[in-house]
Amino acid sequence: MSKVILRTIMMVMVMSLAFVMLTGCSKEEEKIKIGFNIPLTGDIPKVGEASRNAAEMLKEEINSQGGLEVGGKKIPLEFYYEDNESKAESAVNVALKLIEQDGVVAIVGPNSSKQAVPAGGTCNDNRTPMVSPWSTNPDTTKDRPWVFRAAFLDPFQGPVATNFAAKQFNAKTSAVLFDVSNDYSKGLAEIFKSEWESKHGADSVVAFESHGTKDQDFSAQLTKIINSKPDFIFVPDNYNQVALIIKQAHDLGWTGPFMGSDAWGSSELMTLCGKDCIGQFFSTHYAAAGAKGATKEFIDRYTAKFNETPDDVAALTWDATRLLLQAIQDAGSYNSDVKAERKAIRDALSTIKEFAGITGSMAFDSQGDPIKCAVVVRIDENGQFVFAESVCP
Amino acid sequence: MDILIQNLLNALQWGSFYALIALGYTLVYGVLLLINFAHGDVFMVGAYIAFFVATFFLGFVDLSPWLTLALTVPLTMLLTAGVGVTLERVAYRPLRRKGAHRLYVVITALMCGLMLENSNLALLGASRKKFPELLDKVIYTWGNVSVTNLKLIVIFTAIAVFILLEFIVTRTKIGMAMRGISYDKFAIPLMGIPIDNVIVFTFVLGSGMAGLAGLLFAMSYPILEPYMGALIGWKAFIAAVVGGIGDIRGAFLGGFLLGFIEVGVVALFPSTYRDLFAFSILLMILWIKPTGIFGVAKTTKI
Repeated sequence: MSKVILRTIMMVMVMSLAFVMLTGCSKEEEKIKIGFNIPLTGDIPKVGEASRNAAEMLKEEINSQGGLEVGGKKIPLEFYYEDNESKAESAVNVALKLIEQDGVVAIVGPNSSKQAVPAGGTCNDNRTPMVSPWSTNPDTTKDRPWVFRAAFLDPFQGPVATNFAAKQFNAKTSAVLFDVSNDYSKGLAEIFKSEWESKHGADSVVAFESHGTKDQDFSAQLTKIINSKPDFIFVPDNYNQVALIIKQAHDLGWTGPFMGSDAWGSSELMTLCGKDCIGQFFSTHYAAAGAKGATKEFIDRYTAKFNETPDDVAALTWDATRLLLQAIQDAGSYNSDVKAERKAIRDALSTIKEFAGITGSMAFDSQGDPIKCAVVVRIDENGQFVFAESVCP
Repeated sequence: MDILIQNLLNALQWGSFYALIALGYTLVYGVLLLINFAHGDVFMVGAYIAFFVATFFLGFVDLSPWLTLALTVPLTMLLTAGVGVTLERVAYRPLRRKGAHRLYVVITALMCGLMLENSNLALLGASRKKFPELLDKVIYTWGNVSVTNLKLIVIFTAIAVFILLEFIVTRTKIGMAMRGISYDKFAIPLMGIPIDNVIVFTFVLGSGMAGLAGLLFAMSYPILEPYMGALIGWKAFIAAVVGGIGDIRGAFLGGFLLGFIEVGVVALFPSTYRDLFAFSILLMILWIKPTGIFGVAKTTKI
């Protein structure tokens, strides 16, 4: 019996201690808390790393000046980086943790549509503003007044890829290989297919094949594709799979071109893919090689700090976070009540009509989606992503 | 016709990996009646060991790729065998000594697999490793059929490993001891056979083959990540069961069968249905023969 009593007393003590510690925390100085819902492990860890790097750089810049100036008062920033493991269910959990436990005023990320679509729903339901840097699937922001993004949409990217490939490769027929369990890849593949067939007639997409996220062997799909003799292969896939797909296609005797999408644009693509990727094209958000102005300044600072060229995700995270900070400033005074501040940020975000980002200037439509230009880049002999064409809506 | 031969080659290569991994499951099960669920992750560790050995010889010692490959093969097999034996020593043997039910040993195996994955994640981080090229790639082409030298090496290695293991188990003394343990593990020590040594030998064989599979896999699909062993490990386990777990011919046949079914489904149907169809077919095989193709209910296995 005494054991039970002792245990109860211990429990009460531990809980009261925890309570004291929790309440003690709220007394420290005011900070603007922003959450980052990013993939630091899982299928695309480089994406999470690039996001965190860009965010850290921005935070250091602003905090070194004493913080963000809101309504005449400088408030330091505090960023919470949480790993969503590149999984949809983890992205929802991370969003909930950031909202409920950490009490952030807004969330940047997730990056992939696979995570951004479900996490967007969570943020919208919990009335917390979310800005996805990299997600291009329309469903992320659709009918969700609390969700915004910094990237263009797949219904725009699809035609960009279609038109460029038709012109560049002088192509009449195409084939697609996509990841069926990834919202982004599947959505873009379908947009591409309908777009291509509307331009070049029915059945001009001669093969439309899929694979799973964890697959490593694509030889059966590629055999089918190569055998149907397309003019080029469209691969809207993540960079890690792209490296395997292109290598295996070359092993199977394919010598034709590939066309890729913005998920190729990671700084890790060339480390993994090597010489097989040289000469391929993909549509993306910005071209690091030959950039000018603020974009060049960002690239130089990032390169000096992290010893690599910032990829799309890094640049888009920079833009997304700055967009958010802009909204916080626009909202006027900083409200210490988290819920009220979230509402103020959302309202301010929805009124931003024009924003000069380093990935191009963006105007926002009623869904919270930016209207901005896309670029097509070519992978040159040194593995640099070189500007080939710019397409504006 | 061309497309048929091409897919046949694809299936042989992909099936080779299943077969090589399934052999490890089947050896351990044959001797200990233990499903070593950590085996897929031992395969993953094998691929990483191959990566470190190869980069060490290429980068630090500066050997030619050919010499590196010649050294990487035995070293990888040896080191991976060490990992397998360590698992047996620290995880399975203490439980066996205490007379734990097989169920607990299987759960221990699952946990060991997760530990291997996560310690890899903690030590090396989540970013992927690119396996260096050790072989000058040659593509042979006949008509529309293309095959690389690596693909042929993979297929022949799988067949050679099968013949070697079949020989060891059925024609040698230690093989006879392995079969004996599977038959009656209480009577065997009474015959003066060192049961622990035989079990260690089994793990050496199984893990060594997983190491070899890891190396060949890393050469064929040169991107390494901590979770690469999980899915292929499960599938190889299913292949071993369908072939008749505990039987070396079964593991070999099951591995190739799964390879052929997976490639065949993609060739004939939309690729989205691959795993659905593949595993439905395997389920049907188990309906007809629940002990697997070569499995015999409740007799000696291996």
